[in-house]
Amino acid sequence: MKKLLIALVTLLPTLALAASGHKIHLEDANVDLHDKASLERGVDLFQHYCSGCHSTQYQRYERVATDIGISADDMRNKYMFTDAKIGELMQNAIPHKDAAKWFGATPPDLTLVARVRGEDWVYSYLKGFYKDPSRPFGVNNTVFPSVGMPHVLEELQGTPVKQADGSIVVTGGKLNAEEYDQAVRDITGFLVYSAEPVQLERKAMGWWVLGFLFIFFIVAYLLKKEYWKDVH
Amino acid sequence: MVKNLINWIDARIPMTATYNRHVGQYATPTNFNFWYFFGSLAMLVLVNQLLTGIWLTMNYVPTAEGAFASVEYIMRDVEYGWLLRYMHSTGASAFFVVIYLHMFRGLIYGSYQKPRELLWLFGMLIFLVLMAEAFMGYLLPWGQMSYWGAQVIISLFGAIPFIGDDLTLWIRGDYVISGATLNRFFALHVIALPLVLVVLVFLHLIALHEVGSNNPDGIEIKKNKDENGWPVDGIPFHPYYTVKDIMGVAGFLIVFCYVLFFIPEGGGYFLEKPNFEAANSMKTPEHIAPVWYFTPFYAILRAIPDKLAGVVMMGLSIAVLFVLPWLDRCKVKSVRYRSTLHKLNIAQFAVSFIVLGYLGVVPATPTLTIVAQVFTFTYFGFFVALWVYSKNEKTKPVPARLTH
Amino acid sequence: MSNAPVDTGRRRFLTAATAVVGGAGAVAVAVPFIKSWNPSAKAKAAGAPVEVNISKVEPGQLIRVEWRGKPVWVVRRTDAVINELPTHDGKLRDPASVEMQQPDYATNPLRSIKPEYFIAVGICTHLGCSPTYLPDSFGEQVEGVTSGFFCPCHGSKFDMAGRVFQGVPAPLNLVIPPHQYVDDGTVIIGVDKGVA
Repeated sequence: MKKLLIALVTLLPTLALAASGHKIHLEDANVDLHDKASLERGVDLFQHYCSGCHSTQYQRYERVATDIGISADDMRNKYMFTDAKIGELMQNAIPHKDAAKWFGATPPDLTLVARVRGEDWVYSYLKGFYKDPSRPFGVNNTVFPSVGMPHVLEELQGTPVKQADGSIVVTGGKLNAEEYDQAVRDITGFLVYSAEPVQLERKAMGWWVLGFLFIFFIVAYLLKKEYWKDVH
Repeated sequence: MVKNLINWIDARIPMTATYNRHVGQYATPTNFNFWYFFGSLAMLVLVNQLLTGIWLTMNYVPTAEGAFASVEYIMRDVEYGWLLRYMHSTGASAFFVVIYLHMFRGLIYGSYQKPRELLWLFGMLIFLVLMAEAFMGYLLPWGQMSYWGAQVIISLFGAIPFIGDDLTLWIRGDYVISGATLNRFFALHVIALPLVLVVLVFLHLIALHEVGSNNPDGIEIKKNKDENGWPVDGIPFHPYYTVKDIMGVAGFLIVFCYVLFFIPEGGGYFLEKPNFEAANSMKTPEHIAPVWYFTPFYAILRAIPDKLAGVVMMGLSIAVLFVLPWLDRCKVKSVRYRSTLHKLNIAQFAVSFIVLGYLGVVPATPTLTIVAQVFTFTYFGFFVALWVYSKNEKTKPVPARLTH
Repeated sequence: MSNAPVDTGRRRFLTAATAVVGGAGAVAVAVPFIKSWNPSAKAKAAGAPVEVNISKVEPGQLIRVEWRGKPVWVVRRTDAVINELPTHDGKLRDPASVEMQQPDYATNPLRSIKPEYFIAVGICTHLGCSPTYLPDSFGEQVEGVTSGFFCPCHGSKFDMAGRVFQGVPAPLNLVIPPHQYVDDGTVIIGVDKGVA
């Protein structure tokens, strides 16, 4: 145990360096949290393509609906596929143990993924799949090498094939390249929202607080100046 | 009516006398500059941490199974829970910013020198308890950084010869960091250490008001009193420094609230990204570093190529601050009237501290390790050099009255 | 200290201004601390309206459902019980349900929307115990009344419309929760008419 920990302490920085040595280029996600229509499309896509395996278990359907401007009925009828009630947490249907058996690991909860990885990473990841027959699910990912999940958006994007020069050429798919980018941006937007639902409210409140504090500072400054006339 | 009530109370406890001694008639030097805001600001942040901490406790679940989810519960389901949580997390970093500046003030103006040695020692104890408090608090969100940060720091105790392994086992209460560790850290973080902290702050203030405040000139204002026994260079704390400190609080809050409302993650330094992932004992994050306020000491630990020696040096880097009042043998307090050598020494110490802090954040490379070793040397060099030159230091004449 | 004359008025004004602005700030800071004690989204979700299927409740049967952590009774009253209700008004404390222990739409002699179904919060208005349903043996408690509710804690008695009898510790009739019928066989407890 002790030796292991020593190795850990000394090795980690080296590992980290190795990991950060080959920086992956990430594309700019350009998410706009004010765009409620995009967020709703994100909910739609996420619930259809992702929520089967990935939960967003720290948030509630009802809060998502309220924040994004989806009516309770729409939320229930269009975007909820379990028998959960609208006030409940967005847990997914598949049992963790089965999932671990099928995928080799439990699909991680994605509530906070945008906060852990960053929005550009999520966006680039969803765009980063390419065909790789050597992998168990037949695909690999440019930003997540040896990825352990299938390319669930393939019916939308088409089949991405990596060329000799490293670029990816897509054939087929319901969406063209531009539409696919937008779809991926919608999903990313939803995940950025879900990572911190309060972020817009927080900033809006921040301006009021700062405004108030400036006034308070000015009054306090004048008061201090008035009293300190005695001293100087 | 009010006067009667005050008389009634004063006949039973010394309320008015205490107020006069510590606020109304507490003689304060007239020439405090901005460095002197940080004491009252530390008090403000302490109150903020206590209040938001108590409120967070109302919804936090101190178990390995529930901790992470309960923090997200606070962030989402509890009304204004996010604000209370950010006030606490931003407050933790603000506490160290304020405390480091407060300590640096003491360093440059010689506030640790006779007769303020005990004041300095209480302050150092506060700093030490604060570090323990922050370290234990950081485990509570039960994220990946919480978990692995605690793993690394606790394993430092394993470097102690003979008892090391048993000691780490005892601290954790398990073979790895677990719910048992979380529970005891929670108890210490929310009850034991805050109590100690409050008592130490009380003693710090008692010690301060007994000897009186130092000032940027490093002169004892008590040595020059008028016919009424009031220091000629003194003004009562209230109203002059109360109004000034209120202004300082307002200024501080502007910066604090800017961070809180617009960059609560502090660029990944106040709330680290991997900590938004629940603790997983099977998987270490790619790059673990302690929170920024520990990194100067962590860099010293890492700069030493031997585990035990590293731990010892890190301990020494904090311990040496305790004996600062006895290392500095100069009779002149303020940097204003001390030798150029002393000014340069303080400057290089500040640089060393900041560079070490930076090095502790970034991953170590062979080159950076050498840089860290150099600055570890200069960090300790400050104290050694101070002890040597301060005995017969060439100082400038100290004025009899305060300068403005 | 300089001996320049002090502008007391300005000093007082600025002190008051700082106190007012600072006080307003302190009040604003108190808001999140106070509001965080409100029921959280989790508590609200757990306290959400409950849908009850009543199509299988037999005449005379009582079923219990949990709403906001409290037992809510749904009793299917027989014709005999309904006919018996107006006969003992003289023994009741508040026979006409003047005290608003029920929504407007249940302020009627039977204290219900449909005569057949009696829906009430099964908590005694005395000290919060849950009374026992006595479908046949209530006559032992009140002479001439076949069925009713008897609280085992302090002996309070209620009739089959939840109305309290005289001479018992409970001061008020049983509470009727807000509820509405979705269709003949389904009732939602916790929602008023007109609210989705």
